[in-house]
Amino acid sequence: MFKYLPHTTDDIQKMLEVIGVNNIEDLFSEIPTELMGQDLNVPSSHSELELYQRFTELGAKNKKLIPFVGAGSYDHYTPSVIRHIIERQEFLTAYTPYQPEISQGTLQYIFEYQSLICELTNMDVSNASMYDGATATAEAMFMATSNRKKDKILVSKTINPNIIEVIKTYAFYRNITVDFIEEKDGETSIEDFKAKNSKEYAGIIVQSPNFYGIIENYDGYREILDETKGLLIINSDISTYSLLKTPGDYQADIAVGDAQALGIPMGFGGPYIGYMATTNKLIRKLPGRICGVTKDSEGKRAFVLTLQAREQHIRREKANSNICSNQSLLALFVTVYLAIMGKKGLIEAQTNSFNATHYLYEEVLKLDGFKPVYDKPFFKDCLIETTKDVEAINRTLLEHGILGPLSLGKFDVLKQNLLLFSATEKRTKSQIDQLVSLLGAL
Amino acid sequence: MYYDKLIFEISNKNRVGYSLPKSEFKNYTLPSEMLRNKEALLPEVSELEAVRHYTNVSFKNFGVEKGFYPLGSCTMKYNPKINQDLSNMLEFNMHPYSPAETTQGLLEIYYETQRILSELSGLDTFTLNPYAGAHGELAGLMIMGAYHMKRNDSKRTKVIVPDSAHGTNPASATVAGLTAVEVKSNYDGTVNIAALKEMLNDEIAGIMLTNPNTLGIFEKDILEIAKLVHDAGGLLYYDGANLNPLLGLARPGDMGFDIMHINLHKTFSTPHGGGGPGSGPVGVKDYLVEFLPKPVIKKQGNKYYIEDTNESCIGQISHFYGNIGVVLKAYSYLLTLGKENFHKVGQYSVLNANYIKESLKNDYLLAIDGICKHEFVFDGLIDKSQNVTTLDVAKRLLDYDVHPPTVYFPLVVHEALMIEPTETESKATLDSFIDVMRIVAEEARTNPELVKGAPYNTVVKRLDEATAARNPIVKYRDLLNQ
Amino acid sequence: MSKVVNGLYYTNTHEWVKVEDEFAYIGITDYAQHSLGEIVFVELPEEEDSVELGVEFSAIESVKAASDVLSPVSGTIVLVNDDLEDSPELINEDPYENWIIKVELEDKSELNSLLSADEYKEIIE
Repeated sequence: MFKYLPHTTDDIQKMLEVIGVNNIEDLFSEIPTELMGQDLNVPSSHSELELYQRFTELGAKNKKLIPFVGAGSYDHYTPSVIRHIIERQEFLTAYTPYQPEISQGTLQYIFEYQSLICELTNMDVSNASMYDGATATAEAMFMATSNRKKDKILVSKTINPNIIEVIKTYAFYRNITVDFIEEKDGETSIEDFKAKNSKEYAGIIVQSPNFYGIIENYDGYREILDETKGLLIINSDISTYSLLKTPGDYQADIAVGDAQALGIPMGFGGPYIGYMATTNKLIRKLPGRICGVTKDSEGKRAFVLTLQAREQHIRREKANSNICSNQSLLALFVTVYLAIMGKKGLIEAQTNSFNATHYLYEEVLKLDGFKPVYDKPFFKDCLIETTKDVEAINRTLLEHGILGPLSLGKFDVLKQNLLLFSATEKRTKSQIDQLVSLLGAL
Repeated sequence: MYYDKLIFEISNKNRVGYSLPKSEFKNYTLPSEMLRNKEALLPEVSELEAVRHYTNVSFKNFGVEKGFYPLGSCTMKYNPKINQDLSNMLEFNMHPYSPAETTQGLLEIYYETQRILSELSGLDTFTLNPYAGAHGELAGLMIMGAYHMKRNDSKRTKVIVPDSAHGTNPASATVAGLTAVEVKSNYDGTVNIAALKEMLNDEIAGIMLTNPNTLGIFEKDILEIAKLVHDAGGLLYYDGANLNPLLGLARPGDMGFDIMHINLHKTFSTPHGGGGPGSGPVGVKDYLVEFLPKPVIKKQGNKYYIEDTNESCIGQISHFYGNIGVVLKAYSYLLTLGKENFHKVGQYSVLNANYIKESLKNDYLLAIDGICKHEFVFDGLIDKSQNVTTLDVAKRLLDYDVHPPTVYFPLVVHEALMIEPTETESKATLDSFIDVMRIVAEEARTNPELVKGAPYNTVVKRLDEATAARNPIVKYRDLLNQ
Repeated sequence: MSKVVNGLYYTNTHEWVKVEDEFAYIGITDYAQHSLGEIVFVELPEEEDSVELGVEFSAIESVKAASDVLSPVSGTIVLVNDDLEDSPELINEDPYENWIIKVELEDKSELNSLLSADEYKEIIE
């Protein structure tokens, strides 16, 4: 007897009789015997109490830290309501909404999600979500190369290096050439872009706020790209569009990025959710699921997956993307987050994060051994150079339960002393003051 | 009363549903040219309004806890509550850049999960970085490509895919820069060995197989197929979508597969979440371990660490380490099942499928006679004289509070009705499903118009999908502009 | 029973060709539109694009299927049926009236390899 298996001996016997075999083993008789019956080195079955105990032990092996780093994962506040909603079995245990008559719940929140993504990005159409911001960016590259029928793409060097890594992997295997635009003073160099751009390229991928937290300005990009019919792809942490200029404002063709900063727990890197939005012109090139409004046979408003002919289950090897799932439950997470935080709350949370990061920046720069790197407006990541021993900094902070800044040495040995800090609305003044005093005492 | 509002339609100026602490910081300013031009139209609702709205929206959905969900190829088994509780423990909510010394618990779960998956599947090492099944296929095919490239065998760019395969297989091949070539199947969806032999040459990178295949039939010649493909210099990829019936019984690694992915949201009970997040771990034999995507979680002595400098790997395919939150749930399930129960999952999923198949084969046309594994396919009703289609049957099932099976897949069966009950369903549930299916078959004979007009009891009736696709309305603002 | 119009050329991939002097109108057959079901989108090429015998120049999408349209002849597109952009369902309504492109033929001898109405009828029966 086992709690997830309801079969009694009597049930099994009756079922075998209907099937017309003597025992369960007979149901596997076509499998070569040499393949059956391996002795497995796996744990034995845990009761619920034992499971709690095991997870409690494992949890105790982690050390709770107060993060002062973002770089793609932000410690924002999560309203309590969200978990209660997304754990409703109607949402949690349903499959992809293939039968619209009994999936109006999923379809409706996807429609609301798409609407919210379009509002924040100022774009025409959004898909129903992607795995994460990095893979969404790689998919945007495919969308551009396929639409423009070119096999080269320009990518700014100021993009988060992990996103660049994912772009490079996806491009390499599909024989797409990635050429990089240099950075200048912490921003994408428009001069280098102008010099390199040509009709050979499907377009350019840029990020703002970029990896250093710097808010880039894309005035003039549209005109440069129009000369070569290239696409403008802007990656961003979507929460920053609460305040900042949007891809729509820059007449971008594709807006992509991560939506983790809309209250999704850091969760050691996942699950997060990537978003992807585009213009009406490119709607049929958009990968993944899209939900649309229609009517039922009685004229009632209803929702349905639409434009499915683009997708892998119909196009098979001719599909431009192999995306099958979407991050539906996280799309619901983001939707409920934006409903609860609303017009004011989103702006307040992001403004507070912006202010906290700027306070941190000012206070750290007052210390000896710390100086600014670029003099550019930034959002909620900031870059500071230090003359102090970086390892010693992070070790000391860890001893005090603080996760310190990310050293860019992780990606470039020459940048060992450049530190990327971040603070969100969850960081209090006293926490930042403690960080500053620990840094000052080194 | 039918609830028909969008969150935007219950929004009211100056209402809030959140609370934040008073800011302790002065206001820093952003240059005005960096600010957005136009205000975003976001909802303004109270907390109860939001909760009530989404609760009402949820009532329009059908989940596994409500009723039987025999959706073929999707493995809609029970999603244990404990998995959810454990994955929510705050101790696991760490920043991904936390140093390894502070995340030993998480790294141990990652490592142990991959180790148990290796043991269950007969492959040597797994990466848990892929986010979903299709993402796993992509990573796995990149590994296949990297293997041939490293051996300077770069003309191997073709991947053999049966015509009965999941649509993601050929699509993943294309995205991985390979060319999918279709091999005709036998009548039961198994690989036609003669056709396979003809296709094998020095341009073949490998073959992708689902075993049991999408018709629920085990590939009994798998050892011969593996030998043929390996002798021709190719690799075998196992699509793990149908792993459930073999769990604890037979292992893809022993069958000769070199690479595989597993859907944690199918075989290992993590919820489907309406389409995601999933998790698609990829396992490989030892001679392919060097190609696994970075970062890689390793163990030395009793300590776990993260390695992200491996030169020969395929590269990075995810921002961090995959969907760890999903892995936590799968690990909880793996420990709950344990050595005593893995094989029972395989056995009972097969028992359940065969029981339904035998009970309904006088009303529905069995695509393939004989013992199936965890799922099987009917080719519509036996009696087609009233022109009642598979779609009609599916829609009529909605009226009986049953989630319909997968319809019109696999493509090789014209009126496909693909049924996968899973092991967590009791005989009583199966019996009532069998009754309903018989009633629908009877209705199709005696009152076909009734079936063709279904559903009647759902919140919406059949939808006009053509208009939705011709004139896409895909956001709230489109409705306002109508 | 699908309609086949006499006097046109056909392909076994269900396209039709109507020849007028040096030009050819190309569309899909009644059988093709029927198999696809309700057509929701026609991906149109651009005028002055060249087409090649046996190579796709358009894709037609219905609610649950998609099909490439292959060119039965080689040549240069001189006219595209823009009506299909907003009203793709015209192909469902009359597939022989609603051509997709008009092509200036490059090599009229290519027509010899195409099927006659009677030959095409045999294929679809």
